[in-house]
Amino acid sequence: MSDAITHEAHHHGPPTGAKRWLYSTNHKDIGTMYLIFALIMLFLGGAMAMVIRAELWMPGLQLVEPDFFNNLVTNHALIMVFAVVMPAGVGLANWMIPLMIGAPDMAMPRMNNMSFWLLPPAAILLVLSMIVPFFGGGQTVNTGWTLYPPLSIQSGMGMDFLIFTVHILGVSSIMGSINIITTIINMRAPGMNMMKMPIFVWSWFFTALLLIVIMPVFAGGVTMLLFDRHFGTSFFDAAGGGDPVLFQHIFWFFGHPEVYVLLLPSIGVLGMIIPTFSRKPLFGYKSLVYGMAVLYGLGLIVWAHHQYTIGMSIETTTYFMIGTILISIPVGLMIFNFIFTLWKGSITFETPMLFALAIILMFSFAGTTGVMLAVVPADLQYHDTYFVVAHFHYALIPGSLFGLYAAVFFWMPKWTGHMYNERLGKIFFWWTTIGFNLTFFPQHFSGLAGMPRRIVDYNMIFTEFNVMSSVGAFAFGLSHLLFLYIIIKTVKGGEKATTEVWDGSSIGYAGLEWTVPSPPPFHTFEKAPVVK
Amino acid sequence: MTIETNSQTVFGHRRTIKWLLILAVGMFGFGFAMVPLYKLVCSVTGWNSIDSNSAQASTADISQEIDLDRTVTVTFDGTINAGLPWEFKPLVRKLEVTPGKSYKADFYVKNYSNREIVGQAIPGITPWQGTEHFHKTECFCFTQQTLAAGESRVMPLRFTVDARLPKEIKFLTLSYTLMDTDRSALKANAGLVKH
Ligand code: HEM
Ligand SMILES: [Cu+2]
Repeated sequence: MSDAITHEAHHHGPPTGAKRWLYSTNHKDIGTMYLIFALIMLFLGGAMAMVIRAELWMPGLQLVEPDFFNNLVTNHALIMVFAVVMPAGVGLANWMIPLMIGAPDMAMPRMNNMSFWLLPPAAILLVLSMIVPFFGGGQTVNTGWTLYPPLSIQSGMGMDFLIFTVHILGVSSIMGSINIITTIINMRAPGMNMMKMPIFVWSWFFTALLLIVIMPVFAGGVTMLLFDRHFGTSFFDAAGGGDPVLFQHIFWFFGHPEVYVLLLPSIGVLGMIIPTFSRKPLFGYKSLVYGMAVLYGLGLIVWAHHQYTIGMSIETTTYFMIGTILISIPVGLMIFNFIFTLWKGSITFETPMLFALAIILMFSFAGTTGVMLAVVPADLQYHDTYFVVAHFHYALIPGSLFGLYAAVFFWMPKWTGHMYNERLGKIFFWWTTIGFNLTFFPQHFSGLAGMPRRIVDYNMIFTEFNVMSSVGAFAFGLSHLLFLYIIIKTVKGGEKATTEVWDGSSIGYAGLEWTVPSPPPFHTFEKAPVVK
Repeated sequence: MTIETNSQTVFGHRRTIKWLLILAVGMFGFGFAMVPLYKLVCSVTGWNSIDSNSAQASTADISQEIDLDRTVTVTFDGTINAGLPWEFKPLVRKLEVTPGKSYKADFYVKNYSNREIVGQAIPGITPWQGTEHFHKTECFCFTQQTLAAGESRVMPLRFTVDARLPKEIKFLTLSYTLMDTDRSALKANAGLVKH
């Protein structure tokens, strides 16, 4: 195998053509492929969002058919969750975990290759699910990403494509997760014991463990859906004695922990960036690790806060309410860890740090609306309005996506050996942050005023809020062209990055990535380093 | 590959992978186990429903009291579950009822397919707080309805709204969903009689 790979530092031109990527077992190359895949899908999912916002620019029907609109809403969400944030997170894990813990590669390099190469077929199936209705494939998939029956039993062929997409993605992420945990448990350099691991590695440890627990359940749920659709079973069909609400329980048993799958890697990234640019060790490293463990445990038993309106008994609803409110304790703890790290630090404001600070602020906001939604009597009004849309976009865009952007700016000099253009980075930060807030802040108000989500049209009284949202969304979308430009420019050239890259990079529980050159040679740590 | 793979780590890998795989497969099984578990837990504890309106004659003690001081508007609704080629609708949309008195409302149903189909109507009351105070003494939803090809029928409902219904509830909606019990519509979408 090694004769296909050169051992010196690699630049952008692949030394042996397509084979280098197709058969790659190198964690850095696979990490790069994951990141590029996520970036491409970000533009696809983003384009859908642009169509959604263009349609919602004015009340009435302008651009698209109602069913197609709902199809866009569905696939936008599925793409962003499964094809952008998750692969990008796995990409970071691939690149950084072996480098951080001093391992030569992932535990199972070939399985790693397969995990990645399952993604493009899944993406193709997902796109096909949108196209088949135009060629006699029946009703579009207009259920929203939650795929609730009975509607999902009635949708056309696109639904079957989506079900298989979920199967493939499930297999891919389970394999990826097994690989990550095995690497973390067995391949740490001598002296790198678990409680010395960089917090990013810990965050992925919990994320991967969570994925292994929830992805199979979701796969099982959509399999039952497939059976109901084609094989006459009645898991969820009331006519045959099934219960559509059961699907909701299965979905949210997966779906709620899934939001932590999206969140935790970015929390790990913040745990690396904030100490670096505050030049102070992470405050309360241990408490952060235990906090993530508590989040893991609690996260698995509060799912039905998404289902307050289904008519559960008062006792059950109360239980889920209390559980959900309790979650804000570990979430708040993480925020405090970061704030106390900043306290009296000597802070500088490079792009990754700007993102980190903005994330703390905006994510706290999502936590606050989250607690509002957790309160049953309030949620009965907020449920399925734009207030929920505002809540989870504040949670997911700062909490996951901006965390990934911060990571890209933080580690890009390490990956490419070039510093990015700091001025452009800052412009991108402000542009994208303002665009994001302009898009989603007004949605709190339209939601509180009662505007329902996932509807192509709306009452005239919501027009102003929606115009604001649409203007913000176009600005937000456009800012990503600058992001792309910065990335390409940095890959191509720029000021040389040093081994440490940032002067505060090896403070506290830093990873070993700052001990290898930038860019790192194709193979690193073939001899395990020793950690004092 | 030049990765050092001493037997120690390979052995460690195998063990870790084995346990993680067991966990993944077990959770896949758990997904399916949720089906019987859900039914069992819910039927034993009733956690899944705040108060359900059952398709049975009311056995609750109906207060004999008649409350002449107010009326409640009861709205009727009939919905067909996916794919059933039937028509189903209430013949009266709305009734002003005096709590404590007995009323009658009729529903119309017609089978447009060219086959015999067995249906069953499932009731629901909104707001749910009204559920325990809505007593059906006679209802087509107590039994299954068998309709021959093209047959139509008027189905009766007799009910009383209990005088103990909380005063602030002024409107009740009784909604039926008509289910295709043998899911014949799904099995054979063909054979529709056009109307
Ligand atoms: C303090 C922590 C949080 C609390 C108490 C909370 C609570 C809630 C509640 C009660 C809902 C259901 C609202 C409804 O549908 O009526 C909800 C929706 C949602 N939350 Fe959160 N949340 C929290 C943090 C987060 C985080 C960290 C994320 C992701 C990173 C997140 C992502 C979502 C998503 C995606 C939905 C909507 C799902 C959908 O209906 O499509 N939340 N949240
Ligand atoms: Cu949740």
